[in-house]
Formats: sequence, structure tokens, C-alpha cells
Amino acid sequence: MLQARLDLMPETAPTLRSHLVIGRHTLRPLMAGALYWEAEDTLLVADLHLEKGAACAARGMLLPPYDTRATLSRLGKLIEALDPQRVVALGDSFHRSECADNLVEDDFALLRSLQEGRDWFWICGNHDPHLPKTVGGTVCATLTIGGVVLRHEPSDKATGPEIVGHLHPIARICRRGTVVRRRCFATDGSRLVMPAFGAYTGGLNVLHEAFKPLFRWQQLEAWMMGRRAVYPVLGSLLLPDQ
Amino acid sequence: MSARTRKPAAGNDGRARSAHLPETFADWFASRGWHPRAHQLALLEKAGEGRDTLLIAPTGGGKTLAGFLPSLVDLAGRPLAHGPARSVHTLYVSPLKALATDIARNLAAPIAEMGLPVQLETRTGDTPQSRRARQRVLPPDILLTTPEQIALMLSHKSAGQLFAGLKYVILDELHALSASKRGDLLALDLARLRTLAPDLTAVGLSATVARPYELSAYLVPQRHDNAPTMRFAEIVTAAGGVKADIAILESEVEVPWAGHSARYALLEIYEAIKAHKLSLMFVNTRSQAEMLFHELWRVNDDNLPIALHHGSLDVGQRRKVEAAMVSGKLRAVVCTSTLDLGIDWGDVDLVINVGAPKGASRLTQRIGRANHRLDEPSKALLVPANRFEVMECQAALEAAGEGQQDTPPSRPGALDVLAQHILGMACAEPFDPDRLYEDVTSAAPYRDLSRESFDRVLAFVATGGYALARYDRYAKLKQTKDGTYRIAHPRFAQQYRLNVGTIVEAPMLRVRLARLKGGALRPAGMVAGGRILGEVEEQFIEQLGPGDTFVFAGEVLRFEGLREMDAIVTRAHATDAKVPAYAGGKFPLSTYLAERVRHMLAERKQWTKLPGQVSDWLRLQAAFSVVPTAGEMLIETFPRGQRHYLVCYPFEGRLAHQTLGMLLTRRLERARAAPLGFVANEYALAVWGLNDMSEMIRRGRLDLRELFDEDMLGDDLDAWLAESNLMKRSFRVCAIISGLIERRHPGQEKSGRQMTASSDLIYDVLREHEPGHVLLRAAFADAATGLIDLGRLGQFLKRIGGRIRHSAVSRVSPLAVPVMLEIGRESVPGDAGETLLRETAEELVAEAMGDDASVSTTQSPGGEHAAS
Repeated sequence: MLQARLDLMPETAPTLRSHLVIGRHTLRPLMAGALYWEAEDTLLVADLHLEKGAACAARGMLLPPYDTRATLSRLGKLIEALDPQRVVALGDSFHRSECADNLVEDDFALLRSLQEGRDWFWICGNHDPHLPKTVGGTVCATLTIGGVVLRHEPSDKATGPEIVGHLHPIARICRRGTVVRRRCFATDGSRLVMPAFGAYTGGLNVLHEAFKPLFRWQQLEAWMMGRRAVYPVLGSLLLPDQ
Repeated sequence: MSARTRKPAAGNDGRARSAHLPETFADWFASRGWHPRAHQLALLEKAGEGRDTLLIAPTGGGKTLAGFLPSLVDLAGRPLAHGPARSVHTLYVSPLKALATDIARNLAAPIAEMGLPVQLETRTGDTPQSRRARQRVLPPDILLTTPEQIALMLSHKSAGQLFAGLKYVILDELHALSASKRGDLLALDLARLRTLAPDLTAVGLSATVARPYELSAYLVPQRHDNAPTMRFAEIVTAAGGVKADIAILESEVEVPWAGHSARYALLEIYEAIKAHKLSLMFVNTRSQAEMLFHELWRVNDDNLPIALHHGSLDVGQRRKVEAAMVSGKLRAVVCTSTLDLGIDWGDVDLVINVGAPKGASRLTQRIGRANHRLDEPSKALLVPANRFEVMECQAALEAAGEGQQDTPPSRPGALDVLAQHILGMACAEPFDPDRLYEDVTSAAPYRDLSRESFDRVLAFVATGGYALARYDRYAKLKQTKDGTYRIAHPRFAQQYRLNVGTIVEAPMLRVRLARLKGGALRPAGMVAGGRILGEVEEQFIEQLGPGDTFVFAGEVLRFEGLREMDAIVTRAHATDAKVPAYAGGKFPLSTYLAERVRHMLAERKQWTKLPGQVSDWLRLQAAFSVVPTAGEMLIETFPRGQRHYLVCYPFEGRLAHQTLGMLLTRRLERARAAPLGFVANEYALAVWGLNDMSEMIRRGRLDLRELFDEDMLGDDLDAWLAESNLMKRSFRVCAIISGLIERRHPGQEKSGRQMTASSDLIYDVLREHEPGHVLLRAAFADAATGLIDLGRLGQFLKRIGGRIRHSAVSRVSPLAVPVMLEIGRESVPGDAGETLLRETAEELVAEAMGDDASVSTTQSPGGEHAAS
């Protein structure tokens, strides 16, 4: 796994931007797939899909049951390094609402230690519409910070800037005969779709139809996750998936 | 098979008589003017007495008829009024569907002519569901099928009844199956068949192999009782045919330094085709086949009927080519190994092998495709594509002349295949683990499987077998009070049946020719209802952008875009394709041939056998740098441009070299040589960097012996494997075969993509949290012999320990030229993704610089927030 230290100090060349802009705010995308809003001391993550392994096992795919631990530990490293005042999970934090009660004791303890001493918000997603009290923090449908609305699914009625999850964006480029396909932050400056943070979450290409109504396409940028930096790539350079 | 026994064999074996051959059969042979061959009678005698037997015969030895004789004779002797059979009498297993169909056609004649009361049917993936269901209840006497179908039949409750009366199992082309996962599956099937029918006799048919005894063990139940000795089958070896007439093409044109196209020899190949009735031209990859076919037609002034045949072409198209071959309508076929195995393809009188043969046995088998008559020599022409290949061809030619073989050694059975088998067994009926363990270890590949490993695989199938968190409540197999295991739900049996088999294809896309309206090229309004040309790997298409041209099905095509599972193409009216598709040979250079090449290089006397151009090249090398002795490994260092190069010559094949390259660059980085990249071919590896490695070696700052120390396979390897794509690919295959994740079936909806956990993500999590898991062990074992060829790399490091010869030269040496020419042909592996992302991102910066500057100075005012 990536070190939190590396996440925070990418070897960004002076020519590369390290912040993206939503509305009037600048936010910092991190290589781990989270977003840090310095002015608000807030850490944003989307689509943790905790307990997805167990949910698959119930359907006969006995995937390794370590995904919850892996996801929480990665989140833990970020929280430890940044010590944010506020953490917001943008929905689908649990693969199924019921799963939230099935966390093994160690994972519960880990989660509680992450929440200690800070404000924790769970925004509801389509996978976890009803979260039990045991998960701690504040459960809500949307959250507005500095005029930016945070919610799980993009809204077609949005009038101002919004940050959402749900779609698990992935971007693909091809250069010198080699294809690179990575999770990404997709934004046109007024809407930002966060990458999925969970260990077992796959992705959907940002050129897929589902993204079509979401962006002003001339302004689209995909911030693709590398091993040493998050790279902003112009929308016109992206390629569709099969 | 009639073609194979048309002429009586020379000498006394033609007169052989046997008490075991009934009159009907003897008369039938006589009525055809044939005599049974000695090996056919020997096999009849041994197998007829119930002894498991391996028949080794060169192509054209009447092998298949021999294999069926014991079974046909037994069937002919059955009492007449036996009513409908409820059980199969003989199972014939072949690695190819087409081969089963071909054999069925050929066997029909003798059965009809002798009036034998024998029913014969095939069963493959193409057999309609209704007939397959009927076959389980009312089976034919002889069933011709594939390993996967046997596994499927064994997973049904009816298996006990279906195979209770099984007398013979005939395993055709056993050499092609044995050391593979399909071979493991078949071995487990055979072990199971023996428990259902303890009296069955196994007959193996094989081409000549390096270690016949090792192969014969496959046919016999082994005993896992700490006894150090294997049990072997009887072996019958057919008398060899006449030595083949093999020549290496001596070109008037200069043989290229590097490359795999053999384009230089095109006109000479064309002349050879013109001089023969039917030529079979073998190449090593699909794209090579495409390219040569295309080029041949460009010079085909006589309009000779030349066809193309490879596994990616549409089935209908392939069948058409095969039919045309048999009926003598063709003059040449360009093909890949899809035509390697023993199907009769008419009167081939010349085999042309383009590129290096890679192995002596492979060459012998390919040459056997020419001229199926044992008493006349087969004729073959080898066309090396570059200078190293000239030496490789010479080595293979000598080995073939001496009858040397280099078939791969047997290896322990794969654990993912075992997992699949265990689930299959539970689908049929509840099993007792002790009994199943005994069964499994009676199969030769699993003979040495420990009980502990077996139990871990069993636990994996049952609950995932994870050490920490448990999935007991989601178990696929449940243990009952009497200790037996049964499947927990019928849907797991369904899952098993959809998943059976060991062939995990790379995802394929159909290549569809678009029909254009009014001839105008308007991608948006394109009609996608055109003809399907064949299939191509998704990975290949992923590299293309719209408008890129590539060669497929013998044409230069323009890629227009994707529509669901179709790659839409149009005909490009161009002569050259933009995207080269060479992805490296499928087969690595065999260790045996590599050794011969090293010796040839070391011994000057042998250079006289090589064409003048090649021996001149070696003499230049000797004068300029060093020619290593057979036991040494040469390393050359030299500057070129702004960079410094290190070239070594392990001769261990491209896969092992690529792994070595990955590991060496890590070590050179630690030694502060600042390596930038590397490139490998079959014979050599070149690494380049910023620092002067000659200088570093002279000053003792870089110790070559340390650099190539065996400990490379420890931590460095481990660190690399963590991120290696090759390892992830191995893992994906194991995850599918073992049933951890499901196969993606064609036409399946893809929109759920973001919901599926890809095997890469599972690999990362599993590796971090349970590195000793049985599935990682399986993936590692695969990688060790397959994609990264670790086993070979280990042997190599041991071999050269202390035998490194360094030569610091002022510029690139003659021997280094071929590998240096590969630079730029393939993408630099490793961290290339990072570089490409950076470049692409910088393109954005250049385009959007103005915007950027204003943005970065904008202050973000802290705002109010509220939970709503």
C-alpha cells in the first residue's frame, strides 16, 4: 500500500498543478483517492463499500475477507497524517446497509478510533440508505460546505457546485502504444465526481454514457491517480473503454 | 487414418501375425492390401491383456488405428444380444475438438466395412445440449471427447452408471497435454474413472518425447505410500521412419540482424512454394502469419492459391481452408501451431518453418506434417528470421538429425485445477476426504501432493480457506455428521458447470467489417451489420485509436471504433499497417537448444557450418570483443549517445530475460548506476542508464558477481512481484480456474463493471493480508514456469555463478547489435505508466497555461457549512 507520507508530498514538478477548483474553492486530490479541503480542514472520501467481500461471499464468491480492514487502514493512514477536523464519506460507505452491523470487533474498534476527536459525516448512498446508530458520526442525505453541496449521486437539479461519488470514475489514456487506465477525479469546475476508495471497487470510464449529462465537456479534466502524483489530464485526451 | 497405413511397412514387421487379431480384422487388413504393423499388434496384445500402455510413434505411424484396435477387437467379440448399453465402453480423449471429429470420420470406415456392431459418437462443446443429455442416459459404445467434457460428465450423479462398464480410455496426443493444466485435469478425471471402473485399461498415444517413462506414469495409478518409485506403464515404440530431409534456407539476400518477419526471404520462400505441390508454412505467432500471408500475396504474380489458417480466424473460414487443403485445391497454407496436432491435411510435400523452431521436438512434430508415408523422407525448409536464429535453426537441425528430444519435463499438478476438481466431485455425490485424497494422489501429477496441501485446497473450496476471518456461514461445501462433504446448494453445481475447464482465454473481441453507405466514410452513420472476420485479443484493440491500421485476416484494416463486443473496421487501402502487432513468440527457446547454440558459438570449428554472413559476424565479434566459452556468460559494457549500456547474453529465452531485466534494474538502481530501461530478446538482455558502468566496474564500485548473485530471487523478486502485471495475470487465471471468480461469458452485460471486483484488486488485498494463501501459491507456481520463467532464471544464476566474463568496449559490439535493434520496438516496462501520465498531464499544462495562472492565485474563502 502507498505510504501516507508519499500521498501528501507527491513529487510534483513545478509545471503540474496540485489543486483543483470547484466553485470558488481549491481542493487537493490525494493519490490514495481522497480529497483534502485545506481551508475547511475536511477530508472527503467516496464509495468505501465496506464489507463488499462478505456480500460477495453470500452470493457464492468467496473473496478474501480482508477488504474492510484494507480500506479502513488506508483511510487511517490519511487521517493520521492530516489529522482533519472533519471527515465526510460520500455514500455507499457500506456495500449493504445490513453489513454495517456485521463488522468484526477489530474493524469496529478501528473505525471508532478513526472517528475519535473529529466530526464524522456519513452521507447515505443507494447501497446504504439506512445506517444503524452503531456506526457513529452523523448520518445525513446531503451536506453543504461553503456553498458546495456534497451528496452521493449527482443531482440534475443542482444549481451550484457539487461533489459526488457513486459512479467510480476511471480514465484511460494511450500513449506510445501503451494504455494507462486509472481511477480518477472527474471535474468540469462546477461538479466533481470522486473516485471510489474501497479496496474491491472497480470503475466506470468517464466517457461512458452515465457521465454524459454531468459535465460541460469543454472543461472536463480527469485527475488520474499515479504512484507519485495525481495527474490532471485534459478531457479531450481521454479514451473510452470497450 | 487410411492414408497412414496405405503402404505395407518395409521389412519383416509387415508380415507380423498375431493370435490376438481376430479373423475379421486380419481379413479387413488383407482386403485393403495392408498388413498390420508390429507396433499395432504389440499394443493390441498388451492392452488386450489389460495392461496400461503408452504407444510412441512418429507422425504417420498408424497410431490412432493402433490405439483403437484393442477396443474394437473387444467390442467385436461381445455377445450379440446385449441390449442397449447403459455404459460407455471406450472413451477417446483428444486435446482438440476438431481432432475428435476427424477421428470419428476415419473410424467410421473400418467399423462399417467389418460390419462391427459398434456405436460411435462425439461429444464436444459444440454438441447440442439435448444430445449431451441423451448421451448421459443412453451412451454410445465409443465416445470421442475432450478433457473438459469428461469433467462435466463426472460431475453428474449419473457418472457411476455411465462409466461402470468402461473398458478402455485412449488418450491421444498425450505429449501435448501432459505437462499442462489441461493435462492435470485429465489426470484427475482418469483417476476418478478408475474408481468408477477399476478394470479399465489406459492407452496413451504420443509423438516421440524426451522421457517416455515419465510420460507413461501418467497412465498408471500411482501409490502415495512414501515409496520413492513411480509406477510406469508398458511402452511400445514404433520403428522410426526415414530421416527427414531438412535444409536451412541459404539466402542470397543479407540476413537481418534482428526482427522476426523473415520478410527478406520472401521471394525465396515463394520460389520454394512454386516448386512443390502443397507447402505448409509454420510461423510462431498469429501476427507473423498475418504479415507473411499479406506479403506473399503481394509477390504472388502467378496467383497461386495460398491460404491463411490461425486460431483467431472465424471457424467457418478455417473449415473452408481445411477442406480446400484436403481436396488438393491449395498450394500453400500459412499457419500457426493450430495445425500442429495430428489431423490429416492432405498431401503436404514441404513444411516451411519460418523463424526459429524454439525446440527440437516441436520441429520434428511440425516436419512430420509433411508426407505421411513412413518410408519416404519428409521435406522441410527452415527460414531463420535473423542471425541468431540461423544458429538456432542449425542447432535444431542437428538435434533432429540425431533424434534428440526436448519436450518439457513433467511438473507437479496445479492447485487451482485441483480446487475445480474437488468442487466437481462434490457436485456428483458427497465424498469422503480420505478417499478423495487417495484418488487424487493416484494421478501422476499429484503423486507427491501432501495431505496438508490437499486439506488447504479443500478448505479453500469449502469456505475460501482464509486464516483470519471466516466465511463458514457462506460455505460452498458442508461437512456432514459422517465426515463426508456435500455441496451446500444446487446453484454451486450450476456455477461449477459454467466454469469447468482450464483454458482461460484472454478476452476476445469480434472483428467486424463495416458496410459503408454510399462509399463515404462516415463513422457515425456506419452500418455495423458487416461480415465477421475473426476474433482478436481485447488487449490488442485497447492499444488502437480510431484510424489506426493493422493487419488481420490477410488484409490491412482501419480501426473505426467499438460497438459492444465488436471492433468495427473498414478496409484500408494502404499497403503498410501502422501498428505492428508482434507480441513476441509464444514458445520460449528450449533449454536444450539454447545450450547447443552456446556451444556452437564457443567452438570456432562449428562456424564453418554456418552461412558465410553469420560466421563473418562471429569473427568480427571475436576480433572486436569476446566470444564467450560455453560455460561462461559474457557481459559487455559500452557508451552510446548520452547513455551507458550493459548487455549480457544468458540465452534463456525472452520471458526469463524480461524477469532478469526487472530485477537487474532494481539492483543497478541501488548500485547508483541510474538505470533507465531495458530490452530483452531470446538470447540477450540490454540495460541502459545514465552512469558509466564500465568505469564503475573498473573502480570496483559495481561487482558483477554480486549483481548476478542468486539472492536476486529473494527480496528483489518479492518486491517486484507485488506490482508485477504478469503476476496479476497469473493470479487471474488461477482465480478463474479455481472458481473464486466467475468467467465472463460472451455477451454478458458490461455496465455492471464498476460493481465487479477485478482480480487485480483481490490480488492486492490477499497479498497484503494473507501472503501464504493457497491461491497465491498456485499463481506463483504458474508464474515460475510460465510468464516469468523463474525456474529457468534460478538455474541460470546457479550456472553462471563465478563464470562471468566482462568485456568493456568502446562502442556497440557485433553480437550486441540484434538486441540493441529491439530498443524502441517494445514499450519500456516497469514504471512506464508514470512517465506517460506525466507527459499527458504536461500536454494539458501547455494548452491551458493561461487559465492556470489565474486559478492558482485565487483564494478560497472559508464558508459556512451545515448538515442538511
